[in-house]
Amino acid sequence: MQRIGVFVCWCGSNIAGTVDVKAVSEALGQEPGVVFSTNYQYMCSEAGQNIIKDAIREHSLTGVVVCSCSPRMHEATFRKTAAAAGLNPYMVEIANIREQCSWIHKDMLTATEKAIILGKAAVAKVHLNAPLTAGESPVVKRALVIGGGIAGIQTALDIAEAGFPVDIVEKEPTIGGKMTQIDKTFPTLDCAACILTPKMVDCAQNENIKIYSYSEVAAVKGFVGNFTVTIKKKARYVDETKCTGCGLCTEKCPQKKVPNLFNLGMDNRRAIYIPFAQAVPKVATIDPDYCNMLKNGKCGVCSKVCTAGAIDYKQQDQLIEQQYGAIVVATGFNPIKLDAYDEYAYSQSKDVITSLEFERLTNAAGPTSGKLLRPSDGKHPHTIVFVQCVGSRDTSGCGKPYCSKICCMYTAKHAMLTREKYPDTDVYVFYIDVRTPGKNFDEFYRRAVEEYGVHYIKGMVGKVAPRADGKLMVQASDLLANEQLHIEADLVVLAAAIEPDKSARPLATMLTASMDTNDFFTEAHPKLRPVESPTAGIFLSGACQGPKDIPETVSQASAAAAKVIGLLVKDKLTCNPCVAQSDEWMCNGCSSCEKVCPYGAISYVDKEFRMPDRTTAIRRVAQVNPAVCQGCGACTVACPSGAMDLKGFSNRQIMAEVDAICK
Amino acid sequence: MQVNESAKQFKPTIVAFCCNWCSYAGADLAGTNRLNYPADVKIIRVPCSCRVNPMFILRAFQRGADGVILCGCHPGDCHYTTGNYYARRRMTLLFSMLDYLGIEKERTRVEWVSAAEGAKFAATMNEFVETIVRLGENKRLGDLRCKQ
Repeated sequence: MQRIGVFVCWCGSNIAGTVDVKAVSEALGQEPGVVFSTNYQYMCSEAGQNIIKDAIREHSLTGVVVCSCSPRMHEATFRKTAAAAGLNPYMVEIANIREQCSWIHKDMLTATEKAIILGKAAVAKVHLNAPLTAGESPVVKRALVIGGGIAGIQTALDIAEAGFPVDIVEKEPTIGGKMTQIDKTFPTLDCAACILTPKMVDCAQNENIKIYSYSEVAAVKGFVGNFTVTIKKKARYVDETKCTGCGLCTEKCPQKKVPNLFNLGMDNRRAIYIPFAQAVPKVATIDPDYCNMLKNGKCGVCSKVCTAGAIDYKQQDQLIEQQYGAIVVATGFNPIKLDAYDEYAYSQSKDVITSLEFERLTNAAGPTSGKLLRPSDGKHPHTIVFVQCVGSRDTSGCGKPYCSKICCMYTAKHAMLTREKYPDTDVYVFYIDVRTPGKNFDEFYRRAVEEYGVHYIKGMVGKVAPRADGKLMVQASDLLANEQLHIEADLVVLAAAIEPDKSARPLATMLTASMDTNDFFTEAHPKLRPVESPTAGIFLSGACQGPKDIPETVSQASAAAAKVIGLLVKDKLTCNPCVAQSDEWMCNGCSSCEKVCPYGAISYVDKEFRMPDRTTAIRRVAQVNPAVCQGCGACTVACPSGAMDLKGFSNRQIMAEVDAICK
Repeated sequence: MQVNESAKQFKPTIVAFCCNWCSYAGADLAGTNRLNYPADVKIIRVPCSCRVNPMFILRAFQRGADGVILCGCHPGDCHYTTGNYYARRRMTLLFSMLDYLGIEKERTRVEWVSAAEGAKFAATMNEFVETIVRLGENKRLGDLRCKQ
């Protein structure tokens, strides 16, 4: 018989406000096996933990039930408390009477009744708990960063700085990400390339960093401390070790009509290309969709002009397998497709552009060498209309319900830069709200309005109609003046919502990391563990977790790096002891469990058994590798003989909980 | 009229099995957002929906539960990659067996609730409790010997 102690937490008034905590501790004190029962204001505080420790020692408790908040919050805390008092940490069970009781019920009587039942279920479970010992597994001291934008770059640099090797996998031919396409950054207006490219070079030169550019993650196996990742290095048809990045091939290639995706298709590049002058690695890549040689075997110009002999038309995709201790996801974002917003005529007129396209138009390295010219006729626009929240904060279903966060600031920047360079331009910004929380952000926005004379109008644009003479008729409402506006614009810029990169969803499946309904990666705790995924060993950096500007991305990237370093300095990790275990006497070696195990943790051995009649028999029985088993329990249900059970969530424990609830 | 009144007073016992990674977190989120659902629902935490043996559900009914709901991660989102697919297949079999035995199949259900879907969790529970209250007490599967 266990000697159980019950500790009911008030959580200030969070629990005590709707649950009669005294009644709960009294009722649970009557349960069989419960030798001590009390309640306290804050069980998780030092004083509260001391109550638990003292009770364990004084009453020689063998099991502890804490009725408090969710086990996802403080199970680890109370397990540590128990361990400090000499009790096996796995003899602690939590009854969740906050999130699943006091916070959702208003009536004291029903809430108290429910809290007592939840407590009884936990007591019933503890009766069947057994002390568990966590095993240990080694940590591979190497990190993987998926995505080589500013988030991935910063994370990799910080990890490398701490002395650990780190690999960056980037799907594009160069690292740098979205920030390479940006002209200037708010609120300081320093040039994006000037602050980013030195970091890209640092990555290339750091001996602890290896860059897998033009590569993707193909498969992920393993668990925290010991992931095995297959990286697919896509054929770029250029030998990276030989290419000097001279760029001669990109000038001589006869295939000139390839849309330049780096400039968002606003100009053309060749079939062999280096995305931009500061690319890292500075290596040419052949686009197989356009290369004449790869398509029909007729050309070979690049191979002839390449003095380094780097062109290799026969190059194949390469699969590389590598071990990692930790994985950082930094897959970033993309602006949404604007097909569903035809009222803005994005697909009809070349002069309706997205903000990222505007960014390229004002960039000195862009298609117009930094001159702001209309894409349709190359003339200087005199009236520019910026439309905010295109697809953001849109609950109609065709856009995104969330705020994309960065648009208010970059539009203020665009408006300001336009007015500075071309003071003869009229600039209108249509907004729902202007959101500028951030250091020096509101000051920046006010400068746009007050110093630069940008017309900010609260209201949405209803329609953009291209006219035959090339003008764009913008029909909008001014909500504050309560009037309809008709503006003849030369250029319309849409602040498209941002969404997670398309590669994020399949990646999340490979990593078994959870995502929210918008495909942003979920963090382990929204406030207290913002850079960790709930899946151990997976960390989050940058906009893959939610819309973010550059300063926020960089701080989160460094935070993720700190967490990774904290993991990699450990030599060993304690494993989850709640793993499957088979009863060799009951197992009949049928292989049902092996078939359902997603980790391949189950193997079979021939074992010698001494039978009651003193003969020996050799039988094939299942054996679980506790270091590989993750404790899902699929095998326990598949086992026809009931030999397989899950420690910590055993059949008997769950049945006891069912019984306690249904009584 | 009498039937209706007794149905109102009827307090069902409902067991909800929730997987640790998605649905249990979703239930926590419902709590954090103070979204109400009836106190008749009691949650049992399991590591994964595939940990739920059909026997647990039968046991709950036998012991007097009026409804049992199993919640897991959305298909494709399972923390253990494939656990919820096993759960779905097993429960499909169990439910068709219960149906064959003449147990109302509305008494059992599988729902996918992600960690971000607190509102869905609360809505699902409200709707499920409503269904069970409409069905009334579980008389067919309850084991009289288990009644106190």
